[in-house]
Amino acid sequence: MSCSDFNDLDAELTAFGHPGGSSVRAVHDQFHGDLLEVSMGPQHPSTHGVFRMVATLDGEQIVKLKPVFGYLHRNHEKIAENTTYLGSMPYTDRLDYLCSMSTNWAYALAVEKLSGQAVPDRAQYLRIIMAELTRLVNHACLVGFLFNDLGTSFTPLLYAFREREKIIDLFEALSGSRMMCNYQRFGGCRVDPTPEWLAAARTLVENFPRFLDEYERMLTGNEIMLARTQGIGRLDPAHAVNAGLTGPVLRASGVDYDLRKVDGYGFYPRFDFRVPLGAQGDTYDRYMLRILEMRESVKILVQAFRDLPGGPIMDPKAKLRSFRPKAGEAYGRLEGPKGELGFYLISDGTPNPYRYRVRPPSLINLTLLEEMCLGHTIADAVVILGSIDIVLGEVDR
Amino acid sequence: MTTAPDSFLERAPLELRDWAVQLLPGPLQWLAHHLITVVAILAVFGLFFAFTTIAERKLLARLQNRLGPNRTGLPKFSILPWHLKHTLFGLSQPFADAVKALTKEDIVPAAADHFLHFLAPVIVVAFSLMTFAVLPFGREYLPVDLDAALLYFFAAGAATELAIFMAGWSSRNKYSLLAAMRALAQLISYELPLILSVVPVVLVTGTLSTKAIVLSQGYWIFGFLPHWFVFTPWGFAGFIIFLIAALAESNRSPFDLPEAESELVAGHLTEYSGFKYALFFMAEYFGLTALSGLGVTLFLGGWQAPFPFLEFIPSYLWFMMKLIGMIMFFIWVRGTLLRLRIDQLTRLAWQFLVPLALLNVGNAAFWVLTTHWAGPLQLVRWGVSLVIVILPFFFLGRSLSAGYAPRTYRYAP
Amino acid sequence: MLGSGIINGLIVTAKNFVGSYHDPKRMVTVEYPEQRTVLPENYRNFPFLISENATDPMGTLRCVACQICEKECPPQCIIIEKSKDKKPDASGKPQLYPAVFGIDTSVCMSCQICVEVCPFDAIKMDQVFEIAATDRFHDLFLTREKLAKPNSYYHQIHPTEAAEVDGRLNTERKAAEEKAKAAAAAKAAAAAAKSVPVAGVADPGPASPRPATPIQPASAPAAPATSPVPKPQDEPRSSPAGEGGPANPAS
Repeated sequence: MSCSDFNDLDAELTAFGHPGGSSVRAVHDQFHGDLLEVSMGPQHPSTHGVFRMVATLDGEQIVKLKPVFGYLHRNHEKIAENTTYLGSMPYTDRLDYLCSMSTNWAYALAVEKLSGQAVPDRAQYLRIIMAELTRLVNHACLVGFLFNDLGTSFTPLLYAFREREKIIDLFEALSGSRMMCNYQRFGGCRVDPTPEWLAAARTLVENFPRFLDEYERMLTGNEIMLARTQGIGRLDPAHAVNAGLTGPVLRASGVDYDLRKVDGYGFYPRFDFRVPLGAQGDTYDRYMLRILEMRESVKILVQAFRDLPGGPIMDPKAKLRSFRPKAGEAYGRLEGPKGELGFYLISDGTPNPYRYRVRPPSLINLTLLEEMCLGHTIADAVVILGSIDIVLGEVDR
Repeated sequence: MTTAPDSFLERAPLELRDWAVQLLPGPLQWLAHHLITVVAILAVFGLFFAFTTIAERKLLARLQNRLGPNRTGLPKFSILPWHLKHTLFGLSQPFADAVKALTKEDIVPAAADHFLHFLAPVIVVAFSLMTFAVLPFGREYLPVDLDAALLYFFAAGAATELAIFMAGWSSRNKYSLLAAMRALAQLISYELPLILSVVPVVLVTGTLSTKAIVLSQGYWIFGFLPHWFVFTPWGFAGFIIFLIAALAESNRSPFDLPEAESELVAGHLTEYSGFKYALFFMAEYFGLTALSGLGVTLFLGGWQAPFPFLEFIPSYLWFMMKLIGMIMFFIWVRGTLLRLRIDQLTRLAWQFLVPLALLNVGNAAFWVLTTHWAGPLQLVRWGVSLVIVILPFFFLGRSLSAGYAPRTYRYAP
Repeated sequence: MLGSGIINGLIVTAKNFVGSYHDPKRMVTVEYPEQRTVLPENYRNFPFLISENATDPMGTLRCVACQICEKECPPQCIIIEKSKDKKPDASGKPQLYPAVFGIDTSVCMSCQICVEVCPFDAIKMDQVFEIAATDRFHDLFLTREKLAKPNSYYHQIHPTEAAEVDGRLNTERKAAEEKAKAAAAAKAAAAAAKSVPVAGVADPGPASPRPATPIQPASAPAAPATSPVPKPQDEPRSSPAGEGGPANPAS
């Protein structure tokens, strides 16, 4: 590597405000080593799908990292503009395929805003139940995969999947499909849960903290885990806010921004729950925040099951077929498990939206990946990527 | 108490060998004697490897609340009843795997160094098998009784890392290259604590011969408690250091950095397929078995029974049982722990294990010097020795984990 | 102390190891071909067409080829061609029927929107999931013959939903019948006067998804599970099937 190349790199690093720049240079000058460019992905065990990181390494240390995505692009937005409003609902399942219930809700929220559709009380409660169950599924999966990236032989992942399986079975019993639920409709929900379903869900939720305790006992205090995650992938709050990061990644940096509190959409203002905040913004904070959020979700779910009212689940005025909202635009957003999930719609009065745009939290949270990885080793890059929590279906759309 | 050496089971394999050898003419007898030993080791540990893989898969599965492989039965032409043929608890899985590995296409990258790429798996298996020569599997079962057996063991064991480097380098793959570098860093870091953890045993017994080391653990305290080195303070500390270093030496989780699946795809094995891959796999298990065998020999009393009344069980079975116990422990560790980073790995070795092992050598020296202490002085001896183990562990551990602690979190107002 | 976290972890995995032998809550694995879980009633995968009569599936399809599902299907996996002629449906009203009805299951995403939009309750979600095939063009493209399944099968897989649907349909049919009767009576009464236009034009009939309101309470407890096919519908159905049946495979 020539000298001018290196000066460029150094300038780039300091421009990012990264303290690692000078130390990287010192190491480089000492050994006169070459940099190694490793292309991780799109076929790599731990890039969570077809994601690619082009990492430039000095030894094992990352001096440059370029995220490359788009391998899973499925033209989601354009398809949605050519199909009816209802027709896009099953496609939203495929955005973030781990949490279809809350993606459905975000889309329904946007369309209801656009058309001024009211939603009955019971449906509002059911939506919160589904969204929080989804949060449990997503966060359990996330911590499982995070530990897989940290090098466990699948054990924590399979414990997480054991619990996820129970929730997914509930989704299947209710909506007919394990992951592609397609449950929310404009103006309510599709299926009313039976009392048996509610009882099963309630027992599951009541038992969930036991799983969390077991999980924490197994791994949270583990010395290797602490050493591998604490101080790794620090993200300062100003940076995170500037880049538009949302969700647990932002809150791990200590910024109090939770749409459930900020927007108070749905019936969330009726619920008593707290928003945990991290202090350091490192991988450990991001992990712990997921665990704490799961505990809060359990609290919300217990309240929701207690207060669930009777009544219809669909607004009688809701239209399924030939649904034509009046011309206008709307942006509906909610606090998805991964961050702010928004749908922006423009209607021109026809059955198809004129413009349909998704604000995917995964993609936007991914933009600071290089920032977090610089100066760490390649092993950490994998872990940092895991802690951001991306789903490629949502990143590439 | 039956005297074990005379029991029929204890002697049977030896008698069989001697009978086979005496069938041959005189000049060939020496050759046949050794060939039979080699073949026996290959057969026994080949099968042991096969069943270790299935045991690992099944144990890991159970740790993870799964069932594990349980489908592979016997081929159609066997004479067993149908249901046994088709389930057999999946015990024939390793043979199916072997057939699969043998019949798979062997792919060599165009850019690879073909000769080294071919040589690496051969060397890794050869060297890992060589370590078996000095392990005393039973009272009379020591293939080669070397005076410097331990030296030989570590020399042969360390050579396998060379083969891993060879594999990583010759593949011309960036992941493999990184893995090769990691393997070397790991070798340099962990060879030292591994050897230092063994030094106390050598110091106390005054010999490098594995046979003599086992025999020196061979009497009973108060007539029934085994005098194994693991039941002394320095022996226990040495055993723990040995376990950690052995995990690192055999590239097992949490030290499986060279083939770190989540980071380097498959590390040095990325460009290997088919039977060559199987050979690496085999060598890894051979290395693990050999190191476990050494641990059993040095710290767990080798082939000796834990209690006098259990001596009727042949010595080689005791050795095997202890070996299986150690390997199951390694599998358990693999099922639980996560991987260290390369700098943490070396830090653990140099800042924690090496100082502890050095102090432990001093501890053993103290133990040797105070052999004649008796009565209440015996308690003092134990106390001092324990303090030499526990205090450094506590302080070194604190400095090693400084800055890492579980945190408490605040909630938004 | 260093190592306590690791030991805690080892204890947890050891507990799970022991638990996996006696605690069915931990072992969620099912050995699939031999053991099967019970599918939930709401489970769905691919659509099928409901026929009223098991012996003559092609002749008694509920589908009237209105092509709403074809239009609404998000991935556009349904292909329908209308028939040229008309056949009487369950309530005896002449209706079109699908000459061609195909679902490409390699495109279908099991979203159930066709079921929701169907005003005739003619298409429902199936629960057969073992549909691996060797030819993706012929085996995965389900034609009318493969899609048609009797109403009794629907009762088998979705009992509560089917009961509800049948109840509603019976109500509608009865309403239609009584209306027709009333219309006939009125016609007969006013035959001499020759006044009223034909009632069938104004009749919402089975085309409306909701029951006609005035006569609803009369037939609320319509026994659904036992005999899904009401008697009077069988007669007019079977006769046109004779002509329709052989004609269809040719098309």
